[in-house]
Amino acid sequence: MSGLPAKFDDWFKDRGWAPREHQLDCLKAAQEGKSHLLIAPTGGGKTLAGFLPPLIDLFENGSGRGVHTLYISPLKALAVDIARNVSAPVDEMGLGLNIETRTGDTPMARRQRQKTNPPDILLTTPEQVSLLLSHGDSADYFSGLKTIILDELHAIGNTKRGHLLALGIARLRKLAPDLRLTGLSATVPDPQTLIDYLTPQGTDAEEAVLIRAAGGAKANVKVLNSENRIPWSGHSARHAWDEVYEEIKEAGLTLVFVNTRSQAELTFQALWRLNEDNLAIALHHGSLDVAQRRKVEAAMSRGDLRAVVCTSTLDLGIDWGDVDLVIQIGAPKGASRLTQRIGRANHRMNEPSRALMVPDNRFSVLECLAAKDAISEGALDGEPWRLGALDVLVQHIMAVACANPFDSDELYREVISASPYKTLDRPTFDRAIDFVSTGGYALRAYDRFKRIVQDQDGRYRVRNGRVAQQFRMNAGTIVEASSLNIRLSSKRGPKRPGRKLGTMEEWYFEGMEVGDTFMFAGEVLRFEGITGADVMVSRAPGEEPRIPTWGGGRFPLSSYLADRVRRMVHDPDYWPHLPDPIREWLELQRDRSVIPKADELLVETFPNGDRHFLVCYPFDGILAHQTLGTLITRRLERAGAQPLGFVATEYSLSVWSRKDMGEVDMAALFDEDMLGDDLESWLANSYLMKRTFRNVAVIAGLIERRYPGQEKTGRQVTFSSDLIFDVLREHEPNHLLLQAAWSDASGGYLDLSRLSDLLARVRGRIRHQHLDRVSPLAVPVMLEINKDPVIGEAREAMLEESADMSSDVVEALVAEAMRP
Amino acid sequence: MAKDDLGMATEDRRQTLEASPTIKVNGEQLVLLPAGAAYWPVKETLIVSDMHFEKGSSYAVDGVMLPPYDTRSTLRRLTAIVDELTPKTIISLGDAFHDRGAEKRMNADDVSALSDLTKRAHWVWIAGNHDPAPPDHFSGETTPSMRLEGLFFTHEPESEPEPGEIAGHLHPCARVATGHHFTRRRCFATDGNRLIMPSFGTYTGGLNVLDAGFEGLFDQLTAWVMGRRGVYGFSRRKLMPDSPPVLRAGFARSG
Repeated sequence: MSGLPAKFDDWFKDRGWAPREHQLDCLKAAQEGKSHLLIAPTGGGKTLAGFLPPLIDLFENGSGRGVHTLYISPLKALAVDIARNVSAPVDEMGLGLNIETRTGDTPMARRQRQKTNPPDILLTTPEQVSLLLSHGDSADYFSGLKTIILDELHAIGNTKRGHLLALGIARLRKLAPDLRLTGLSATVPDPQTLIDYLTPQGTDAEEAVLIRAAGGAKANVKVLNSENRIPWSGHSARHAWDEVYEEIKEAGLTLVFVNTRSQAELTFQALWRLNEDNLAIALHHGSLDVAQRRKVEAAMSRGDLRAVVCTSTLDLGIDWGDVDLVIQIGAPKGASRLTQRIGRANHRMNEPSRALMVPDNRFSVLECLAAKDAISEGALDGEPWRLGALDVLVQHIMAVACANPFDSDELYREVISASPYKTLDRPTFDRAIDFVSTGGYALRAYDRFKRIVQDQDGRYRVRNGRVAQQFRMNAGTIVEASSLNIRLSSKRGPKRPGRKLGTMEEWYFEGMEVGDTFMFAGEVLRFEGITGADVMVSRAPGEEPRIPTWGGGRFPLSSYLADRVRRMVHDPDYWPHLPDPIREWLELQRDRSVIPKADELLVETFPNGDRHFLVCYPFDGILAHQTLGTLITRRLERAGAQPLGFVATEYSLSVWSRKDMGEVDMAALFDEDMLGDDLESWLANSYLMKRTFRNVAVIAGLIERRYPGQEKTGRQVTFSSDLIFDVLREHEPNHLLLQAAWSDASGGYLDLSRLSDLLARVRGRIRHQHLDRVSPLAVPVMLEINKDPVIGEAREAMLEESADMSSDVVEALVAEAMRP
Repeated sequence: MAKDDLGMATEDRRQTLEASPTIKVNGEQLVLLPAGAAYWPVKETLIVSDMHFEKGSSYAVDGVMLPPYDTRSTLRRLTAIVDELTPKTIISLGDAFHDRGAEKRMNADDVSALSDLTKRAHWVWIAGNHDPAPPDHFSGETTPSMRLEGLFFTHEPESEPEPGEIAGHLHPCARVATGHHFTRRRCFATDGNRLIMPSFGTYTGGLNVLDAGFEGLFDQLTAWVMGRRGVYGFSRRKLMPDSPPVLRAGFARSG
């Protein structure tokens, strides 16, 4: 009845299952030789939908030559989990297939074996695909490849790893002309970008087919209306901890999502302090040791846990059990991300997911309501589709050259068939080849040291085996901050390494003194020092952690949600839907200052203490606000206002100065021309730009990857990429790598595209209100100032709140704002 | 106002000298310039160390294609100082050339810029470990070391130093706390008896003055740290080891 071979049909029947419609649709598309994109919510049987066609093909036609199916996942842990999940039906049906994983952790011997004896199904990551393609025998190895399954395509397509993978796929299509792609994705606002990703561009190839799984029941989403007073600022949501605990008590397995690792630690501790019933509550975040995370996941699967406090580490991946309730603490930041998280409670597709959002402060109430509305409308926020990164392109060109000689015309056609690179022009491609060959400098200093050289017939090949070897050691597109292992000191002495608790970025320990305490893996630890790549710690139960928290894991508010929040604030007709304290707060703002019209940007200036303040409310996310803050501070400096600093939040920006800014020409201050010279001169010394450049230089292979604890030997390049950046900016400002770094910074750390949209949006629409004191709307950002005294670069590290706010500061500011 | 790589303003000579601290080494007065060179006014002598010309191109042989502008950049900074101070003598404290092939790899423009400088002052090329032999194409006096009045010029600091030793070789850097973060810069390291010069070459990195390589060289170390507009002195107790504090044999962090 299903059109499945009897063996498969029986397997379903034995389990009391029937293949789902979208699984059969995928099979039909595959059997017609069509690539396809499956969009299904979590729990929709996506993995099986992807693997069913190749399993049937292997069953009916037998193993072929080399690898038959390549499964590619953004997470190496996911590749391992999926291998286990796929092996189950394969064993149960007795298909006798060879299934292997290959990740960065796979031992050398097994990799060798995979080469000489290719498995039928290989589960791996984008980096490994690129590495496999850099070997001369890859043409043979992949010649029999029939299927590529791309899991979590929505999470990877629009990243540098996605770019690397797109180029790898373009290559694989050349090596295996029969190749068919299956993309698996969560719901996305614009599936066409993913369809393009699966379809060779600029050819007459048929477009990948879109298959949608029937939507599950609508989620049941609530925003917590706390009995307690919602704080003006901060992210701990401590006012609601007892209410969160009560929800956990009432529910089965609850996932408690928070936005940062430090919030995870804090929430975990808080819940355990309240945990009189001794509920099994666990912790899961990216810094914890893998073994520890595995343990938590296994306990979830067994149904042994009542709650897991987690970060984005549980956003992706397989289902680990029957999740009954999802709690999101703090602002959700984006509708798509929240949808994905809520989907975690959707293990049975036809039951509604239950989710509770817990706002951490006043603005976040608005953001939670906006997200709730978006979800009930099924609206999602997309991020702009990025063009293929040039540093990734040069890495790919090098990989191709390491494998076999290539013809540049052919390679160009192949590269532009990958959707991220479809608009790449030929001169830029030629510059990329020149970069790979000689560094691409106008001063032709290295022409005699070329890394790739042209044969008599014009084909490029790598100069020698050493160059190829060097490339393979350094390939990859993720440049992670150097991480150190956190280890308990063994009893034999503080410098003897004991059990590993997890890893943390190296910079976190900068300036830490022996004896300092911090919170990690749910306990308070004392810093004992560093040996090689190991941070030695001892347990310090009962001590107050002195070192505040660490950054990372912060996403800016999506433009889609930002827009909704802005409309809520600007539109008094919406206010009756708001909780009382929030409505009253906005009404007070209307009385004391002004509520701007839709599309207007409110800028307030007022004195407070012995300083003068300028506060504006663009609602465009913290990254764009930081860049804006840097640029208008420079302008205010030139205008003689003597600015002293600024602080940005997701919603607003506050600048303070010695002089009154009431007379400043706001239209001129917010003019779009700040994105010209001011930006340029700031970037010259910007820490963010240098960090961006370092990543680009590593990906492009200009400087080597650094591993902590690994001593430099011989002629390795040890000097910093900052020097290279300065020299290039001065002597060759149009160099390919500067172009690549600029494009990264615009979309990433600096969020220039959003800042530029903001400035265009408010042109001619600035509403300046000069006040004699702080306005109600300004209170949240004003409270951030006291926590965060540092201007500019160091602030990044201090973005995390330190949990305790001195309450007299809050009271004084609020009293000032409320004073009749 | 023009600025060079290290952000030093090219103001007039008087201003430069006033903005730069004067220190005494074995009784001789030396001015420490923010660009990383030292000036000996009574002798009208400029001292630079470890220029490492063509360090960038030395990596190209191994396929690492760094921007080939380091020699150019180093020479520009040196020329700016010479334009300002018009010294009669320039002492290069060794490792001016990164390796034996460096002269051959130099770009023609850079060769003529350096030749020009060698005509504007009397050059003394102290031999370094990277460039033990005198340069082939550039004029000047070459010597392993040299005494002049109270100062003794040599490349590597000696364990039993001559009084007034001015050396290079170690590329000293200092790390100091600046507000909520740390700043790591090249520095002049001195205790009044000897001076170890910062490296002048654009691509030269540095070694923290608290590293084992400096052990036993100074009685009371002061690090004169190169800022963008000035040179700032830090006593030993204000200096930080490189992050993170490392527990290694013979090097435990105090306090």
